[in-house]
Amino acid sequence: MKDLPHIPCLRQGVPYVSLNQNDVTDYQKHEPLATVSQVNAGVVKRDLRKTGEARAALKKFTVDQLIDISAKAGENFLNGTLPLGDQGHTQTPDEYVATLSSTSGLPYVMVRRNMAKIHHALTNMRTILTGLTRGLDLGIIDQGFGEQFGTRISFFPTTEALGLIMPSNSPAVNSLWLPSIALKIPVIIKPGREEPWTPYRLIQSFIEAGCPKEAFGFYPTDHEGSGAILQQCGRALIFGDKNTTDQYANNPGIQIHGPGFSKILIGEDQIEHWQDHIDLIASSIAENGGRSCINASAVVVPRYGKEIADALGKVLGPLKPSAVDDEGARLSGFANPKMAEYIDGTIEDDLKTPGAEDVTGRYRDGDRKIESNGGTYLRPTVVYCESIDHPLYNREFLCPYASVVEVPQSEMLNSIGPSLVVSAITKDPEFTEDLLSSSLIERLNLGPITTMKVSWDQPHEGNMFEFLYKRRSIERA
Amino acid sequence: MSDLSVSQDAMNQASEQLDARVREIVQWHFSPETGSPFWLDWAKKAGWDPAKEVQSFADLIAKFPHFQDEWLRDLQPEVWVPNAFKGQPFNIFETGGTTGMPKQRIGWNDYKVDYSEFSDKISDEHFPKNDYWLMMGPTGPRRLRLAIEHLANVRDCSCYFIDLDPRFVKKVIKNKQFDVARSYMDHVVDQAVTIFKNRKVSALFTTPKLLEALSERIDLWKAGLRGVFCGGTTMDPQYVRFLTEEVLEGKIGFYPTYGNTLMGLAASVPLQPEDNFSITYYSPQPRAVLRVVDPKNTTEVRGYNEWGRVELTTLTKEFFMPRFLERDEAIRRAPRAPYAWDGVAEVRPFGAMEKKIVEGVY
Repeated sequence: MKDLPHIPCLRQGVPYVSLNQNDVTDYQKHEPLATVSQVNAGVVKRDLRKTGEARAALKKFTVDQLIDISAKAGENFLNGTLPLGDQGHTQTPDEYVATLSSTSGLPYVMVRRNMAKIHHALTNMRTILTGLTRGLDLGIIDQGFGEQFGTRISFFPTTEALGLIMPSNSPAVNSLWLPSIALKIPVIIKPGREEPWTPYRLIQSFIEAGCPKEAFGFYPTDHEGSGAILQQCGRALIFGDKNTTDQYANNPGIQIHGPGFSKILIGEDQIEHWQDHIDLIASSIAENGGRSCINASAVVVPRYGKEIADALGKVLGPLKPSAVDDEGARLSGFANPKMAEYIDGTIEDDLKTPGAEDVTGRYRDGDRKIESNGGTYLRPTVVYCESIDHPLYNREFLCPYASVVEVPQSEMLNSIGPSLVVSAITKDPEFTEDLLSSSLIERLNLGPITTMKVSWDQPHEGNMFEFLYKRRSIERA
Repeated sequence: MSDLSVSQDAMNQASEQLDARVREIVQWHFSPETGSPFWLDWAKKAGWDPAKEVQSFADLIAKFPHFQDEWLRDLQPEVWVPNAFKGQPFNIFETGGTTGMPKQRIGWNDYKVDYSEFSDKISDEHFPKNDYWLMMGPTGPRRLRLAIEHLANVRDCSCYFIDLDPRFVKKVIKNKQFDVARSYMDHVVDQAVTIFKNRKVSALFTTPKLLEALSERIDLWKAGLRGVFCGGTTMDPQYVRFLTEEVLEGKIGFYPTYGNTLMGLAASVPLQPEDNFSITYYSPQPRAVLRVVDPKNTTEVRGYNEWGRVELTTLTKEFFMPRFLERDEAIRRAPRAPYAWDGVAEVRPFGAMEKKIVEGVY
């Protein structure tokens, strides 16, 4: 056994060792933690012509059986010691936490929270599928047709494989593709360059739980390889910033997971009680290191904008980095310090446009970007904007960041833009009706609910079942 | 492991042959009766007489500066005509030219010499005699187009041609018009598919990317293809492995080459398991010499198995080009039978590790 684990490409579950290998390194100690085989786009393209074989392997199971396998996979993922690569190495849950932390910058506590989310998704797959399919008899997916709700129903798959271009900075997003296996659609995963750990561990969890290995393609590859996955899979998910995801905005076969621009709105009827909601707003901004698309990145209020911004600054401004194994850690380090530099520079540049103030600066002892514990961190930033026209309104950064702006309630829905989550603190029936009618909001929380709350039985960002299956009309003699 | 070592005697003999060639060619280009206006004029301005002072390849390296590619862009072609060839119409071959004036090299017979020699290095099993070839690649003003047809003819074959304009491809990729590039590539490959479906073709010259694209459209073996002669863009070992194992399925002969209009053709040695798919090319010495030099001190060659910049010297009666720094980098490799001189391996654009280079499909 070599000292360093080597993570191979998986071609329908079969390890393939490439002659091109990249190191994945500890971002603080700069030491390699594993080598990862990198394959050229041609390898991906050739395998994508054979996805029918992978799907055939999954079709041998019923959805019910795959739900059970998913549950076992969840336990394996959370508690199991699993193979890590092809050199005989294994990985315990604690090793997974430490390794992922050392390449992503996430403190242990956040990695564990992400682990718990993935475990929850896997062990509650039946609930999730019920939500995604709106209570469909899952046997209908096995048969291809059936009767339910007093009518004949038939669904057919829209693809033979789901392509996934994964990010490096948020392991919990892997939970999005998990239903695909239970729905009998193989996955073709291009892991993030610094985050092979979570998808590889998930694949091993599934295989150990009895899932056919053919269902998994794991292709660390380059830009051209990613392009092949997006073009050839028929259905694919891509995660990235706005520049990346804009390229695919008009492609119905590609589901885009970019910035969420999630928000907190306070209605006229509740604004006098704004002080009651400061902790909820602060946690919506800063939980999970402020890295999720469901973190609030704007707070829109009819009045007291300056006061609310100041109160949030008081709570969030003093937050500092702590040791990665500190259970109370609130901030994530940047595996790529240039990213922190870029974000810090962007915020500073935009603050030069009149009409905005970084109110956290009043309560922060020092700069936003700091070096601590061998890593680079961005401390929380709340910016009061005088108008929605300021460039720092409706921005999202990979750190705890939010703008606070005053907008009359009657104009709020015209000013929010597409928002993944909106938590609207209001009891006003008219405003509630307007919110319910808005096509800009993917998930709506009515009342003082954190934007971070997700319901597994209600998809908040695209419906994986509707993405992977289509209903057809059917008649049978 | 087969014995591919080269004896010291063989290396000495190659070195002596090269020195003799240098004397002959320098004498030729710097003598008023046979030399070209460019070099005769150059010698006058330089204030020394290469015909007398250059007696070996070492002298050439020590005394000549690097050949400037602007000379091939800025000057009219007739300045390169050796007096011995005066009055004989010549071919004008081009390289580069994605933007602005391309480099031009004139010639008469050199390409035939290079490719007739190359014919002896490819097997009848992979390139059957009296059959048909297809060239899918840059034709136009390139030496390659005539060279491939000559090679096919030398082997009693005829050749179909499908053009690819690499200047257009590079331009659209540089402009991020990836859809246009893809569509153009599809257009080129479509034509090849049509030929394969309607004609019997056993040998193919193409670029690695086009070969890969063609293999996505047809079963190359079933289509009758037996040998591929490939060149043009970077092929790292993993890519070579992919092409040989998966695209050509280990059944179709694969002959990677490194070359250009200025040099001719450097053939690769057949891959051995210990090569781990790293291809080494050997120049057609003594007509051309490739060195891998230290980019910061180009008089020094790099050690074996070290990366450096590729330097080319061309030594024919038609064309003399001392110490031209290619826009490529490579690993210097030791002599290997049947070649008793250094080779260059894993050629890629110079600075490829530091910056993104537009290579396109060529």
